Amino acid sequence: MFHWPSAPPSARSTMSLTSSNDHEAKKSRWSAGVTPYREMGYYDPDYEPKDTDVLAAFRVTPQAGVDPIEAAAAVAGESSTATWTVVWTDRLTAHEHYQAKAYSVEPVPGTQDQYIAKIAYDIDLFEEGSIANLTSSIIGNVFGFKALRALRLEDMRIPAHYVKTFQGPPHGIVMEREYLDKFGRPLLGATTKPKLGLSAKNYGRVVYEALRGGLDFTKDDENINSQPFMRWRDRYLFAMDAVHRAMAVSGEVKGHYLNVTAATMEEMYERAEFAKELGSVIVMMDLTVGYTAMASMSKWARRNGVLLHLHRAGHGTYTRQKNHGVSFRVIAKWCRLLGVDHIHAGTVVGKLEGDPGAVRGYYDVCRERHNRANPETGLYFDQDWASLPAVMPVASGGIHAGQMYQLLHYLGEDVVLQFGGGTIGHPMGIAAGATANRVAVEAMIQARNEGRDFFAEGPDILVAAAKGCPELDAALQVWKDVTFDFQPTDTPDVLVTPTAS
Amino acid sequence: MRITQGTFSFLPDLTDEQIEAQIRYALRNSWAIQVEQTDDPHPRNSLWEMWGTPNFDLTEDEVDVAMRDVRACREAWPHQYVKVVAYDASLGRQTTALSFIVGRPPDEPGFHLEREEGPDRCIRYTLRSYAADQPPGRRYGARASEEARR
Repeated sequence: MFHWPSAPPSARSTMSLTSSNDHEAKKSRWSAGVTPYREMGYYDPDYEPKDTDVLAAFRVTPQAGVDPIEAAAAVAGESSTATWTVVWTDRLTAHEHYQAKAYSVEPVPGTQDQYIAKIAYDIDLFEEGSIANLTSSIIGNVFGFKALRALRLEDMRIPAHYVKTFQGPPHGIVMEREYLDKFGRPLLGATTKPKLGLSAKNYGRVVYEALRGGLDFTKDDENINSQPFMRWRDRYLFAMDAVHRAMAVSGEVKGHYLNVTAATMEEMYERAEFAKELGSVIVMMDLTVGYTAMASMSKWARRNGVLLHLHRAGHGTYTRQKNHGVSFRVIAKWCRLLGVDHIHAGTVVGKLEGDPGAVRGYYDVCRERHNRANPETGLYFDQDWASLPAVMPVASGGIHAGQMYQLLHYLGEDVVLQFGGGTIGHPMGIAAGATANRVAVEAMIQARNEGRDFFAEGPDILVAAAKGCPELDAALQVWKDVTFDFQPTDTPDVLVTPTAS
Repeated sequence: MRITQGTFSFLPDLTDEQIEAQIRYALRNSWAIQVEQTDDPHPRNSLWEMWGTPNFDLTEDEVDVAMRDVRACREAWPHQYVKVVAYDASLGRQTTALSFIVGRPPDEPGFHLEREEGPDRCIRYTLRSYAADQPPGRRYGARASEEARR
């Protein structure tokens, strides 16, 4: 049972953002000076959003004494056409067309000062296929607005008309699986550790051992670019030697995400070209390079037939706090539009932030053809992806073979499970760690397909599989008590009432 | 070496009962079943030979129909790789949903990694199956009678 915001805002103060207005007689819409945003057309409770509108849901925390409706109207205004004072040049335009409209403002249950404001933007406000332009409007100026104590972009609905102007993932889940010839189970990866300091040859050793042991992918970490201890070109050469050796001993397609993140776009292209020349099936980049650079790499990846992995480096600075920033579900939507094949989206059970409902929402955004609004997963709007390919979510950070049943339960089959420490830290060696993970995932898929309740029986299934696999047995022994059970900070508002049993 | 393509290659070879259970899962999902075989298991060989045509519209109770294909293909090609492919035709997928090896040659010699050394330390890599030194049908110790069936 869900409790979702429904009560209309009570009769709160209608004080405007500037107190001086209270003393003024009602002024005309076009009189010079300051007019409340809500009176300038940025609030319209009767507005029916069009199918072509871009919609946004903001969590608004006004400063004390500021009317929430005026605050919402101000967000609509400042993220579209408005400035702080009336300008006559509005009259040179069909201004009502370009004005964003706050059409719903509702208090968040259980909070004193938070409101969800839904705002509609006409599609004409945005440049086709440009996340940079979309974000410059929607999160451009408003987040520093003084009249707000905090502001968070919770979700967006991108109309299919606008979705169709984006390339989307260079390949998508279906093409990636056909390319790799790997079906019916999560893919397995590992990030090379230690993150920093290995020489190129030692780095290649870690890649080889992990891949020959049974992983599908290994990965550069986000901050491995081209440092004094190991330059990018040397890393690429040794890593690709390892990848091909592992292919020869397994007969499988293998890959290593070569990180092409660099200081300039030209250097990123140079690195990506070299990765392609060496036969790499995949390259990666960091979220820190920015939306335009990511979109450029996406086009490059589509043109060159190379999978594109995205590490969400830095996102925690603006996604984690519940009252301010941008929800990761929005970042995931932007990245699916601009086009990546992989994106880190949380583990639920690992070492990094992630409420199960919220993470489910991120995964749905990446993988579904059509998202339904669902308070339990934090999705505020229906979203039609208009046949844009799906993004493979990546679960990484503090996960191990002993959690395989939980990972499959929470994250499903179309996911890359990345066991960095959980491979390289194995007491019998890196290849043994990889084998433990591979046997665990295959055993769990087999049990699930046989119709067993793999979530309830998970530990038993693993123990049984470990009887024929000393590598898995050792992994279960070493990490059996490792959990990361902390209270998440970013959770959907909905209260799920436990069902009586 | 053991070629580890397919969903379950790290587990002990599946018994017929276990294969049936996997096929039943596929049929529950309304997937079509195809049996394929090859003696060219290069990881980039996406065109294994089809054993007949796909079994569409089988119900869960008709798992034995698909199993007949599995057994017949394995018997016909005891020195080749045989796999079960489950295909999902639903909108948004239209691709293989599950693919696992159910028969393999008794001896798997594996792959040779050829390195063509280029300038600037660049190496071009090519995988070549040792078995593929023989013509198709005569690999992995296959007898002439098997070859004649091609």
